Amino acid sequence: MRFIAVWRRNWLVWKKLALPSILGNLADPLIMLFGLGYGLGAVLGKMNGSSYFAFLAAGFAASATMYAATFESLFSAFSRMHVQKTWDAILNAPMTLDDVVAGEWAWAASKALAAGACMLLVVALFGYASVPLALATLPVILLIGLAFAALGLAINALATGYDFFSYYLTLALTPMMMLSGVFFPVDRLPAAVRVVAELLPLYHGVAMVRPLLAGEASAALLPHAAVLAAYAMLAFYAAVVLTRRRLMR
Amino acid sequence: MSAAALAVRGLRKRYAGAEVVAGVDLEVAPGECFGLLGPNGAGKTTTLKLCLGLIDADEGEIALLGEPVPRRAREARARVGVVPQFDNLDPDFTVKENLVVFGGYFGLHDAEIQARIPSLLEFAGLAGRADARLQTLSGGMKRRLTLARALVNDPKLLFMDEPTTGLDPQARHLIWERLRQLTQQGKTLVLTTHFMEEAERLCTRLVILDRGRIVAAGSPRALIAVHVEGQVLEVHGPGIERWGERARTLAPRVERAGETLFCYAGDVGPLIESLRGQRELVYLHRPANLEDVFLRLTGRDLRD
Repeated sequence: MRFIAVWRRNWLVWKKLALPSILGNLADPLIMLFGLGYGLGAVLGKMNGSSYFAFLAAGFAASATMYAATFESLFSAFSRMHVQKTWDAILNAPMTLDDVVAGEWAWAASKALAAGACMLLVVALFGYASVPLALATLPVILLIGLAFAALGLAINALATGYDFFSYYLTLALTPMMMLSGVFFPVDRLPAAVRVVAELLPLYHGVAMVRPLLAGEASAALLPHAAVLAAYAMLAFYAAVVLTRRRLMR
Repeated sequence: MSAAALAVRGLRKRYAGAEVVAGVDLEVAPGECFGLLGPNGAGKTTTLKLCLGLIDADEGEIALLGEPVPRRAREARARVGVVPQFDNLDPDFTVKENLVVFGGYFGLHDAEIQARIPSLLEFAGLAGRADARLQTLSGGMKRRLTLARALVNDPKLLFMDEPTTGLDPQARHLIWERLRQLTQQGKTLVLTTHFMEEAERLCTRLVILDRGRIVAAGSPRALIAVHVEGQVLEVHGPGIERWGERARTLAPRVERAGETLFCYAGDVGPLIESLRGQRELVYLHRPANLEDVFLRLTGRDLRD
């Protein structure tokens, strides 16, 4: 449980900058949601039996979580690892690199959970969430956070500088956002593209968040959770191995 | 217990074919201030990192405070403090928060650390600065805070990587004073430096490292006595070449660096005598010091 000291360090820093941080994480997805949800929704009408706003809200809750986990595990973790050398300081104490990576993982996932939960709260306030079942979305949000935080830390271990992250953001995350059913249902995609889409972690996140927000829970959601958990575990393992290779040469 | 505070045998570390640490043996007694000297790239920092178990050695054995490293490096580090070469204090925290958070990495409770903070700040000359933001501290203050942070777990042994590099003389003297206090308290210090003056003043024993190997070991005085003649005359000015020929007959060793001649001798009387009337030549007479030993053993070529 030593990694908690690393988590706590990040928490104490975040507390000082909480308000701008929350606004930064939420403003973008909320503006997109309201703009597209109401604007496009008026043109599109119903989507798979629900309003387009509700459809999009589920997608954005998942993608906002993805981005919150990603930005924390890329840019912020890189600052601490490479620029401020915070990790070096921690490693001089009786902590190991595995403790540090685990602490950063837990922290980025916590931040993602907070971002996703805030999105859900706004969506619920506007009446697009079926409370109380929508609370079951929170563990899913956490799972999405863990998966993308681990992926981000693995990328972080390979980074040469901040610019390096734009490859991951534009070549991996942006297409993933398009293919994962955030904006439109995946079954509209050609079969070959659908096969790819179903391999993506965000797809499995959206596939769980959407029915849960609408108040529909079923055992059919469990395989999606299993895929996300597998992503989280494998990516965390990769992050530990790659970070050790980078820093313990 | 007479066991060494730090014992290293046959330590080797290779990077991309080049041996950065090429067979180092060290034995540091408890309570000693031990120096690791060497030019840039000699392997000092790598040796420290190996001793802390932060990187793995290719060969060799390390025992830090009796714990085998890297196997029990975590247990060893719990009783060790580190002042790294470059300050890595947390810029988002105040002075006090830096200490509290760092103590947390040792599993110390906030109350324990809070109780220690006044004496730590007093020691670091930062009393009254507990709530200062880091950006408001000078370079010397940050260095002292780093030292206070390294003491947060009341370590038995302190590693310091170039503790006074980049500091002005006042700040440097204050750090030296504090390090002496720490040895008086019985703490073991292991420091790297390329300030010979620092090593001469502080270290009871030291080794000079060059290209990953130990080229000399001993107390500063003993090293000076063994490796260089007692007196030095530095001479420069027009006509130095002509005078240099004479100097070579009067001093057992004369070295040239650019336009300056360094004449080493037990008695420089005849040399000074021979300079009489040579008005264009400027000279400086001084006792030999550790820097002369260092340059003699590691050469005058630049190391980058």
